Parts: sequence; structure tokens; C-alpha cells
Amino acid sequence: MSIFIDKSSRVIVQGMTGSEGTKHTRRMIASGTTIVGGVTPGKGGQSVDIDGHILPVFNTVAEAVATTGANTSVVFVPPKFAKAAVVDAIDAAVPLVVVITEGIPVHDTAAFFAYAQAKGSTRLIGPNCPGLITPGQSNVGIIPADITGSGPIGLVSKSGTLTYQMAFELRDIGISTAVGIGGDPVIGTTHIDCLRAFQDDPNTEAIVMIGEIGGDAEERAAAFIGEYVTKPVVGYVAGFTAPEGKTMGHAGAIVSGSSGTAQGKKDALEAAGVRVGQTPSESARLMRAILKR
Amino acid sequence: MDLFEYQARDLFEKHGVPVLAGAVATTADEAEAAATSMGGKVVVKAQVKVGGRGKAGGVKLAQDAKDAREKAAAILGMDIKGHIVGKVMIAQAAPIEEEYYLAILLDRSNRTFLVMASVAGGMDIEQVARETPEKLAKVPVNSNDGISAQQALAIIRQAQFPAVIEDQVASVLTLLWKVFTSEDATLVEVNPLVKTSDGRIIALDGKITLDDNADFRHPDHEALIDHAATDPLEAIAKEKGLNYVKLDGEVGIIGNGAGLVMSTLDVVAYAGEKFGHVKPANFLDIGGGASAQVMADGLSIILGDKDVKSVFVNVFGGITACDEVANGIVQALEILGETATKPIVVRLDGNNVLEGRRILNEAAHPLIQQLDTMDGAAARAAELAAK
Repeated sequence: MSIFIDKSSRVIVQGMTGSEGTKHTRRMIASGTTIVGGVTPGKGGQSVDIDGHILPVFNTVAEAVATTGANTSVVFVPPKFAKAAVVDAIDAAVPLVVVITEGIPVHDTAAFFAYAQAKGSTRLIGPNCPGLITPGQSNVGIIPADITGSGPIGLVSKSGTLTYQMAFELRDIGISTAVGIGGDPVIGTTHIDCLRAFQDDPNTEAIVMIGEIGGDAEERAAAFIGEYVTKPVVGYVAGFTAPEGKTMGHAGAIVSGSSGTAQGKKDALEAAGVRVGQTPSESARLMRAILKR
Repeated sequence: MDLFEYQARDLFEKHGVPVLAGAVATTADEAEAAATSMGGKVVVKAQVKVGGRGKAGGVKLAQDAKDAREKAAAILGMDIKGHIVGKVMIAQAAPIEEEYYLAILLDRSNRTFLVMASVAGGMDIEQVARETPEKLAKVPVNSNDGISAQQALAIIRQAQFPAVIEDQVASVLTLLWKVFTSEDATLVEVNPLVKTSDGRIIALDGKITLDDNADFRHPDHEALIDHAATDPLEAIAKEKGLNYVKLDGEVGIIGNGAGLVMSTLDVVAYAGEKFGHVKPANFLDIGGGASAQVMADGLSIILGDKDVKSVFVNVFGGITACDEVANGIVQALEILGETATKPIVVRLDGNNVLEGRRILNEAAHPLIQQLDTMDGAAARAAELAAK
């Protein structure tokens, strides 16, 4: 078991004919993902040969779903066209849409998020995220598949490279699913959504939650852990040294006044019984101690 | 990007939000000329992107143009909470009767937009929210529905604005929504929104934050950038497409991915506690899939920072290949030649790590030290910076 994606995930790639889309389609296929086609408006009817896999290209997501039975879409469309692409996927009622694109205006994200909520049939992950991986089964996005294998740890993080670092530190134990939820101010799937799914997933024994400065998602996650999560959770928070008012790479990573600080997030998590490491390696050691491995 | 008050005023005017005449001045001469053309009393207001300028003496009423000149001369160059005043706004004075508050912002927690309205304007709205929350109406707005005239009126009534002006204020709110959406803002705030003694409703002071991600559809926003306040190294980095923030420590940092770089700053600061309290000198994210050229550009900027005593390159190769990173380091050092004098601690892991490490070992550059772990490398970089 796993969360959100598994062997049965049939994935289409929106923006597959672009350079990023093609590159990552190749990597996803190589790591065992079932890619069933691509969508590029205006290029419907063409096909793309990726290492011997002949993938059909469709004009719309609805056509792609009707023909291929896709249940997941991953979006590599540039920021300018991302909103239209995501709306297309929501209109086709694709259950899971993973938006990798970085740099989407937040008004566009707020619009397609509200639209997805209103329609009620699509879970969005991202934008500005590395996607998610269930090792050995499915890899939707840009997470390198060779860092670690399948195991009992669920991993959720805003950041791609911190996800990789943590999976690497715990590579001998392995992960059930790792989800990169993205660093934008508005994201489709939150820490809480992932914590709930990991709690309910019989194959996840323990959870690593990585947070960073900005917003109050970690504080809310802490409150949720206190109420709902009985599996052990280890935390890590990045951005203790970030100065106020400066955006640290992610559009959402900014300390404004007293809100969004790393210390506030660490305190909230610890109050909920989460053990928080001072460095990624220390968090990995805390997880090892909990799993006695 | 946060705008200055005068820039917010201009955007308000562009979208029909009622404002008073206002002009920006960078010298006392310009201030006098602006005041002369407006005639009568004016207010001279320091343009700084920080609150509390009134208390700091950055806002003065001037009786005439001559007086405006003197007030401007006193305010220009003033230090307000670390911000040096380089510009003043000369604004028409108005007979204020009441002060209100109106704002539209992105509500991250609820992943929607939010209108905040209050009749307790003119003061710190966070204080109003804390002490008299009943005086602050907060109403979520769905991005796809927007604010209709009817809804605007309902919000203004909920905030208990006086009945005689509710239509006027509701109309201002719909205009602010136009500013918010058509300019791709994440914050549009009017504080205070005033009623004058002759019954006009005017946006007297405003704050706007624009979404940098939307720059591609707003070529006119480029002109709003405050180049004078941009750190010169940050400007060079931006030209090269690098995500760089100057900080005030001694250990130069380069990494890939915003989260890992933020984490690297923290780990270096912890390590620095044992070594003379050295701190990170910058944030620099070379991004995913960085080429040797990007790595070389990044390293050149860091080594050009006179505050930097040592450098820590911390890369976990996901898409980024460690051999590219290693080649970038070697190339940068070749280009810089003898001008590069600072030790560089490198920790590589992930994609093509063995090849990356081999390239650096083979180069055997005297400035480069390789370590296996992030924590160990951070400690070495801090130790070297403290020397």
C-alpha cells in the first residue's frame, strides 16, 4: 500500500512534447511508471517515441482519459499556460493532478484550486513541487527514483531537495510514499492531507514531516497530529536563520513580522509530541531510534 | 514586490480609486515645485517600505510651498528603522473627519482571498484585530466569483460603516478588487480610507504587494522596481538568473533547491556557534538541473563578496548532476585564477556523485576540500571562516 499513487496509476503528461516534459517522461518510464499518453493542445493525433514507448498525444485531457483510461495527470506546462492546462484536467475529472510547474501567478493557482474544490472530483498536488513517488510502483514528477526503495516511512515535504536528502539518509529503511507538496503560498495538497493519508495507510509505520518558514501550515499540521495521528512523527523545519521580509527561494518561504518563523513551527510540532531534529541528519537519527533500526 | 505609497497611489488612480493629488520628489527643489503646482497646504510624506514612519517624524504638514521645501529637506536622508529616506511624496492636504480601513489580501491558511474592512482605521490593524476583533469584518472571496456590487455592499454593512456613505465605500471596494485582480496583487490595503468634511471618500494611504510570478503579463511592473535598494550582488545574480539573497555573515553558501539551501544556512549557523559565531553570508539556490555554467556563475558571485571568508557548496543531486557541479567549480576557479583565495568546502551526494567527486579529486585544487556529510562539511566551512 501507499498513498495517492501505486501500480494502478495510469499517468498522462500535460506538456509532454516540451523539453522538460519529454525529459521527465523518460525518467518516469524508466522508474516503472505507467505513462499512457500526453496532452498538448494543437498536437493531438501525433505520437511521441520515448525509448521505444510510442505514446499518443491528445488535444485535451478529456480525450486522453477517454482513450487511455488515465487516472492521474502530471503537468509540465509553462506558467503562462498552466492554469488552462489544470482547468482542462479538472474538467475531465482526473482524480489526481500533480502540478510541477514553478512560477505560476498565485491568482491563477487560487482560481484553479477554487475550481477544483467546487467540482469536488480532483485532488491537486503542487504547484511548484517535485511530485510524489511510491518506490517500485509509480513515480509522478521529478523525484529521482534511485535514492531509496520501498519501506515503512511516509515522507511529506514542501521542498524537493530536502525530500531527496531525507530519503537518502533513510535509504536503508525505505519509504512507502514520498510527497513533495510544493513551496508556493497556495498549494492543492497540504501537510495535513498527507498526514491523514499516511495515518490511514497500513503500510506506513512512521512519518517524517519537513516544513519551512512562511505561512502557518506546520502549526496547523501540529494541531492535526495532536488530534488524529497515532503513528510516530519526526519533524524537521528549515529557515531558522532566514531574515524577516526576504523570500527564501520558494514564493511562500517568507517570514513576515512574528508569523511564519521556524522557531514557532518547531515549538508547535514539539508541543504535539513530534520530535524535531536540528539538522536533516539529526531528524533521520531520531527516526532510526523510533524504528529501532 | 512591495510598492512605495506613491506607486500604490498611482495604481489606485489608474483604476479609478479616489485619491488626492500626489507627486514624488527626490530633492527639496522638486518638493517645492510639486507643492507650488498643488497650491495651499500639503503633506510631506517619507517614502519607506516600513510601518511607523509617522511616529518617526517622517510625515509633516506644510503650510505652503516654501515650508514644503524645508520639511522635505529635513525628511530626505532620514533613517527610519534602518530605511534611508530617498523619496518623499507631496500630497494635497485634506480635512479629515473619519478614518476607516479596507484591504484585500491572499489568505494562505484558507487558500482563498479575504476582504478586511473596519471603521477603526488609521491605526495598526493587527492591534484592532487583537483588541477589538468585533470591529474588523473578515469576509472570504472566491477567486472565480469576485466581488459584485451587491456583495461589496453586504461586506461594508457587516463592517458597520455609516449608512450615508456605505454606497461610496462599497464602490471603492469593488475598485480595489479591480486593482487586486488586474495588477496581480497579493495585498491591496488602504489605511486610512478617509471621509473628508465635505463628504468625499478618499484612499489617503495605501500599500500594494505585487506577485513577482505574474511579471510576465505586466511589463509595466518592471518600472516599479526600486533599483537603488537592491544589493549590487543581488542585482548581478538576478541578471544571471540566480536566486540569491545577501545576508550578513561570513560563510558563502551555494546549494540546489530552496529547502536544502535554507537548511544549509541553518546547519552552518549551528556549526558557527562553536567557531566564533560565524554565520551564513548569503542564500544562493542554483536550482534543479544546474549546468556547469550556472555553478560557475554562482561561485563567482560568492567569491566576489568581500564579507565571505569561506564557501560551502552543498549539493544533493536529484536532477542536478554532481559531475556538472564539479565541472562548474573547476571552471570557475580556472577563470578566477589567482583572484580566488577563499577555501571552498564541497559536499556532493546523489546523481553522478562518484564522477563528481572524482573530478574534484583529480583537479586537486588547493582551495577545495571535500567532505562526505552535510553536518561535517558545515562545521569545516564554519571553522575555516573563523580563522
